[in-house]
Amino acid sequence: MLALEIGWGTTLAIKTLVVLMIIPLGALILGYVFLLKMMSHMQSRLGPMDPGGFHGWFQLIGDGMKFIQKEDIMPDGADRRVFAGAPAVVLISTFLVFLVIPMGPDLVVKDLDVGVFYALAVSSLSVIGVLMAGWASANKYALLGALRAAGQLIAYELPLLLAVTGVVIQAGTMNLNQIVIQQQENAIFGVDWIGNPYILTQFVGFALFIIAAQAELTQTPFDMPVAESELVSGYMVEYTGFRFLFFFMGEFGTAFAFSAIAATLFLGGYAVPWVHGDAANWIGPFVLFGKLMLVAFLMFWARFTYPRLREDQLQAFAWKFLIPIGLANLLFTAFFKVAL
Amino acid sequence: MSTTEMPSAPDFELERSAMRHLADAQINVELDTGDMILNLGPQHPATHGTLRLVVRLDGERVLAADPVIGYMHRGYEKLTEFRTYPQVTTLINRIDWLSSFANEVPFVHAAETLMEVAAPPRAQAIRTILTELSRISTFILFLGEMGLQVGALTPAFYGFRDREHVLNLIEGATGGRFHPNFNRIGGLKDDLPWGWVSETRQVMRMMLDSCDQFEDLVAGNEIFLQRTKGIGVIPGEIGAAYGVSGSNLRASGVDWDLRRDGPPYLSYPELDFKVWTHPDGDSFSRYWVRLQETRESVRMVLQLLDGLPAGPVMAKVPRIIKVPEGEAWVEVENPLGQMGYYVISKGATGPFRVKIRSASFSNVSILPWLLRGVYVPDVVTILASLYFILGDIDR
Repeated sequence: MLALEIGWGTTLAIKTLVVLMIIPLGALILGYVFLLKMMSHMQSRLGPMDPGGFHGWFQLIGDGMKFIQKEDIMPDGADRRVFAGAPAVVLISTFLVFLVIPMGPDLVVKDLDVGVFYALAVSSLSVIGVLMAGWASANKYALLGALRAAGQLIAYELPLLLAVTGVVIQAGTMNLNQIVIQQQENAIFGVDWIGNPYILTQFVGFALFIIAAQAELTQTPFDMPVAESELVSGYMVEYTGFRFLFFFMGEFGTAFAFSAIAATLFLGGYAVPWVHGDAANWIGPFVLFGKLMLVAFLMFWARFTYPRLREDQLQAFAWKFLIPIGLANLLFTAFFKVAL
Repeated sequence: MSTTEMPSAPDFELERSAMRHLADAQINVELDTGDMILNLGPQHPATHGTLRLVVRLDGERVLAADPVIGYMHRGYEKLTEFRTYPQVTTLINRIDWLSSFANEVPFVHAAETLMEVAAPPRAQAIRTILTELSRISTFILFLGEMGLQVGALTPAFYGFRDREHVLNLIEGATGGRFHPNFNRIGGLKDDLPWGWVSETRQVMRMMLDSCDQFEDLVAGNEIFLQRTKGIGVIPGEIGAAYGVSGSNLRASGVDWDLRRDGPPYLSYPELDFKVWTHPDGDSFSRYWVRLQETRESVRMVLQLLDGLPAGPVMAKVPRIIKVPEGEAWVEVENPLGQMGYYVISKGATGPFRVKIRSASFSNVSILPWLLRGVYVPDVVTILASLYFILGDIDR
């Protein structure tokens, strides 16, 4: 336990503040490190260098300030209330995911017993926001984008779930904190000094999870819903100013959330071997952040390298390739769980 | 109980079937997904400019596509009638703005044919080098741009980065990156600057590396292959019937290149080069053919640099150019395809009438035929692989 004993109300306030802070902060960090710097490096250019003095770290904050000042334009034919509500729905689903991600043995907002289940359930809420945005925009490009997003998110929910189920079977629990502890405490084939991060036994699941998460995030090669070269920007084509900022934050915030889930499920989360108790509480967030950045790096690497699949190829890839592999992985995991 | 009060059995049956039909009809009305008219352009990233495609969609499938052109029409054919011959090159620079130098050549060639002057060999060789350099710069951009259109962001930046080296060369020789305006009737404005030849050799080696990189990064990518193989297939005869030319036609297996097969111009008859073709005719083969042609152009430039003749770069022409009465048709192989000028002169300082045959205009004329039944993402792939420039369509 943390040495500090604080009241229930204060705890709630702190937790709310942390969750509210973590998404904009995470979105900023991912946006800066990967979108501005890593992508620029891969494309042999510098990216922003001036704002803020050091390698343009202030650029995204400046962009955010610019978005806030911009005129809030709503198309004439738009369904005004739905149009206004859609970005919030997308962003809220991202916030909700962070309620269950443990950042230390005690640093978790809500230690749910069905943590994994809850995280996957709320993360797919965002598709409702996307559909709302596409439909309410009264724009053909937006509508096409939203329908693509709906089809895609439904198709890729399944491999995501199958990948996670492997971990759940191996850990024997759906509680994210317990999954982390299992990875820290268990041994792999008798070797116990690094614990058992599930990426070693569930590497197929990890690959599935990363691919499916990429599709859930609508990042290249699965960025059909936003396809800037054909649908211009898909469902967000009519959004400006603050509402667009919400979508932008939602995009990178969700990437942050999915990386955190992947780091927790497969890389051992906040845990490092031999660190327990209070010390784990102190270094936990940083360890989790480091692992999360590794996963995010993989995702963004693919995003900046690959072309985009076509909608039908994307569906075929999910149903004919990922789901059978996921099922096979599930079968093997269950077999070894029972046999060993 | 009389039969009038109760409906008889067959009647009841009839009514039920009628009801059923009615229900069917209602379902059909509900399930009838109306066609959607989607306006791709005139402002759309896939149309590189202001091409407008009116596309009738059933879901994501294209039922009919209708290109609407003319948003960029600048009336160059008419404007040439009010310009003197040396002034015309400034205008025609802007037709296909990515390979401006190549646009100037056929017009100047037509004027020279009418005046019966010939540019000295050195001028011809330099013209050929610069034409091939503009071809390389156009294609290198295409090789990256095509990646962008199918969704990969990074190759586009590589395309722009590598093209910059070639543009620097063109700027070094002519003084203009995009619009050199370097050709004069009877030769060239200037000779090559000092050190240009060795620098060009260096850049050409860089371009070969760049081609290898595009082959790895784009043409070798599994997703890129899936997106382009078998998409937008133009059979050779149909392409030729629509007037498709250049790399687009060679990608359909038609072995026809005006540099080799047309009336001799510039230094091409003395050059040893291969004309690349691909039997498939799909978007990938168009990419592949342009990739090979970029390499071939690099080889041609190196060949020309090795055998660069000495001598003046300007023939003896009068100070005020008057072209004698007559008509001339010059067609050449430009980066985008066959480009021709039909020049009619009445003996004045400017042309009486100029008809410009630009490649992209004919290349996009196949779109209504080609886009039927494809998916929306493939529309973008096909547009990108046909590689047109709006200035070249509308003039």
